[in-house]
Amino acid sequence: MPSWIDNNINVHATALSVRAKRAEILASNLANEDTPGYKARDIDFREVLSSQKQAVNGLRTTDSGHISTAGVAGATLKYRIPTQMSADGNTVESQIEQAQFGENAVRYQASLNFLNGSLKGLMLALRGE
Amino acid sequence: MSLFNVLDVSGSGMRAQSIRLNTVASNLANAESVSSTAEGAYRSKQPIFKAMLHDGINGASASVEVTKIVQKETAPRRQYMPEHPMADETGHIYYSNVNSVEEMANMISASRAYQNNIEAMNTVKQLMMRTINLGN
Repeated sequence: MPSWIDNNINVHATALSVRAKRAEILASNLANEDTPGYKARDIDFREVLSSQKQAVNGLRTTDSGHISTAGVAGATLKYRIPTQMSADGNTVESQIEQAQFGENAVRYQASLNFLNGSLKGLMLALRGE
Repeated sequence: MSLFNVLDVSGSGMRAQSIRLNTVASNLANAESVSSTAEGAYRSKQPIFKAMLHDGINGASASVEVTKIVQKETAPRRQYMPEHPMADETGHIYYSNVNSVEEMANMISASRAYQNNIEAMNTVKQLMMRTINLGN
C-alpha cells in the first residue's frame, strides 16, 4: 500500500478516536450542567493526538491488568476556566460547551470525509478502472 | 467505542433531569395542599445531583446520578381559617412550603438541560451513522 495512504488513514483514524473521546468529555459537561461542584473539563486535542500517534507504535496491552499507554490519560484532562462562576461551584457554561461540542462534531465529520476520500482513492487504484 | 459512552452519559443526564421535572410537577401539584398539622403539610421535594466518574478518578467522562431526594425544611405557611373543615383547634390550617416561582424557574432550567442532552445525543447518532457508512 502506498505509504501516504497508509499515513493518511492512520492519522485520521487516530484523530477520530480522540474526537470521539472529546465528544464524551463534552457530553459529560453538558449532562452535569446542574450538578453542584462539578468542574467542566476538556482535553488539548493537539497534545493528545500527538501522544496517541506515538502510542500506536508504543506499548501493547495483552492483559486486562496492563496499563495502556494509549487512551486519554487523566493527566491530560484540563479544567475549563469559567467566565462567570456560579454560586454552587459548578463551572459548566452550557453555551460554551454546546459550541465546543458542535465544533468537535464538525471536525469529526471532516476526518470522516478525508478517510472516505483515501478509501475511495485506494479502491479506485485497486480496481484499475 | 467512545461514541456509545456519549449516549450513556447524555442518557444519564436526561434521566436526572426528568426526575427533577417529576419533583417539580409533584411540588406544583401540591402547592395548595392543606393539612391540619404543621408536620402533615406537604414539603417541597428537591433532587440531589451527583457526578459519577467513569473508570475511577482519572476517568474522562462523568454521568449524572440522583443520589437522593430531600425535602425543603422551611416552615409551612400557616393561615387562620376557622371555618375551614381541616382547621385545628386554634383555627389554623397549614399550606405546603412550595415556592411556585422557584419551581417554575426550576422547571425551565430542567427542560433546557434535557433538550441540551437530546441535542448531544442526536449529533452523536449522526456521527455514528456516518462512521458506519464509511467507505460507501
